Amino acid sequence: MNTLPQQLANGLLLGSMYGLIAIGYTMVYGIVQLINFAHGEIFMTGAFGALTVYFYILPGGTSMWAAVPLMLVGGGIVAILVAVGAERFAYRPLRQAPRLAPLITAIGLSLALQEVVRNFYPGADKARAFPSLDTTHDLGSVTIKDADIFLIVAAAVCMSALAWFVRKSRTGRAMQATAQDPDTAQLMGIDTNRIIVVAFAIGGFFAAVAAVSYGLKYGNIDYRMGFLMGLKAFTAAVLGGIGNIYGAMLGGLVLGIAETMAATYINNIPGMQQLGGQSWANVWAFCLLILVLLLRPQGLLGERVADRA
Amino acid sequence: MTALLEVEDLRVAYGKIEAVKGISFTVEAGQVVTLIGTNGAGKTTTLRTLSGLLKPTSGKILFDGRPLTGVAAHKIVALGLAHSPEGRHIFPRLTIAENLQLGAFLRKDKAGIEKDIQRAYDLFPILGERRKQAAGTLSGGEQQMLAMGRALMSQPKLLMLDEPSMGLSPIMMQKIMATIAELKSQGTTILLVEQNAQAALSLADQGHVMEVGSIVLSGTGQHLLHDESVRKAYLGED
Repeated sequence: MNTLPQQLANGLLLGSMYGLIAIGYTMVYGIVQLINFAHGEIFMTGAFGALTVYFYILPGGTSMWAAVPLMLVGGGIVAILVAVGAERFAYRPLRQAPRLAPLITAIGLSLALQEVVRNFYPGADKARAFPSLDTTHDLGSVTIKDADIFLIVAAAVCMSALAWFVRKSRTGRAMQATAQDPDTAQLMGIDTNRIIVVAFAIGGFFAAVAAVSYGLKYGNIDYRMGFLMGLKAFTAAVLGGIGNIYGAMLGGLVLGIAETMAATYINNIPGMQQLGGQSWANVWAFCLLILVLLLRPQGLLGERVADRA
Repeated sequence: MTALLEVEDLRVAYGKIEAVKGISFTVEAGQVVTLIGTNGAGKTTTLRTLSGLLKPTSGKILFDGRPLTGVAAHKIVALGLAHSPEGRHIFPRLTIAENLQLGAFLRKDKAGIEKDIQRAYDLFPILGERRKQAAGTLSGGEQQMLAMGRALMSQPKLLMLDEPSMGLSPIMMQKIMATIAELKSQGTTILLVEQNAQAALSLADQGHVMEVGSIVLSGTGQHLLHDESVRKAYLGED
């Protein structure tokens, strides 16, 4: 049986999830040149926010048609609050500090968020069951779940809305101006602090959309889920060209597909029989990152900027 | 008559280094006032402080009767003070039209904005021809035109121009200076910072010579243009 279409679909789905999370890294970097290493944990808190809505707020037996939108709202609110709170109380006081200071703060915040969820969210020290959408559909040689349909539709809607917002809306225009030249943006009358908050909020909401998709697809979440997903999404953002929103989308898709393909087919290459399978997927993903950094350090869609370290 | 801009004993420091050491001057409505002086005299620091990008250590700034010290940069534009910064600082990856629209960021009158964009194209026809082009692809002189056009889009009561002739060819420099003269004749109030003292003083109603953070000499443009020490120090005469 030809497994290629199925594997391509799997890669595309995984890549959409990476892309949604990567938006948060790339927008924040584009505007304040900060790698928000706590973004994976913002994704994680979004998942727990959505879980809270489902298990503790909605009455039992609510249909998923009603539950999923409300979970998106709940997860979105939590992730946005965490993201905006991090900006306001952790990063903003360090705006003028050497770049290493906010970076280390981000790593500390990431650990702190994990520990808060592990210690204070009921049952979060182990994996917690998340309502899943498991009904499958056969489309020729490809089988997908309801959760996959949700993910692909949500990613497409979010990305198109963002592209429109950044290019056409007044705030989006202000965002581009702030990313290109923050001092001069202020001279135009743009409140750059507000723009920075908007960037964190959009990143947080997109992470929450990815988090709900993750839960619906895999059926459980845990306090460490943000670590690897965050790292991969960061890889996707760098792969696509950090600071570029289309790069984040493209980088996510390329990474998801490449990783899935490598895990499935690389063991067919003579001499590489041991290197296939899911356990090697991360290795191939990060190999791809290394390759891109060597051959095209600005990323697939990035611009060559000499003074950016 | 009270001045549009009143600066009194303004001091600005970068850390422990004082760049502006207690300067005072005024700009009346309709005037062109110029600050001249060499690199490092504190001219750009003065403008950046007036537009709120830098915080003064002490001193008073009154614009249109309101104190400006402590007001955030993005709110100062709304009061009618526009700043075309040194080095032009156009938004390179946005188009010329988008750059001009950003100059009108705080305005709500769509029709008026369109009219003013058209005015900028009339003032600088090259901008109109290339309106859909990324601003980063323009030449230095064209970028300067865009920076000036963008600053005018906020309909300022006072236009501050920092080194508009910097790095331009003599022909382009003449064009820019002619445009400033045209704006002056239309009644625009301008605070002009220039290293090209000859050109700036010929245009100015009032001039101030800055040296290492202080104003050392003030007078009408014509007076300074014929002042012997100015001619020696800034106009390259022995």
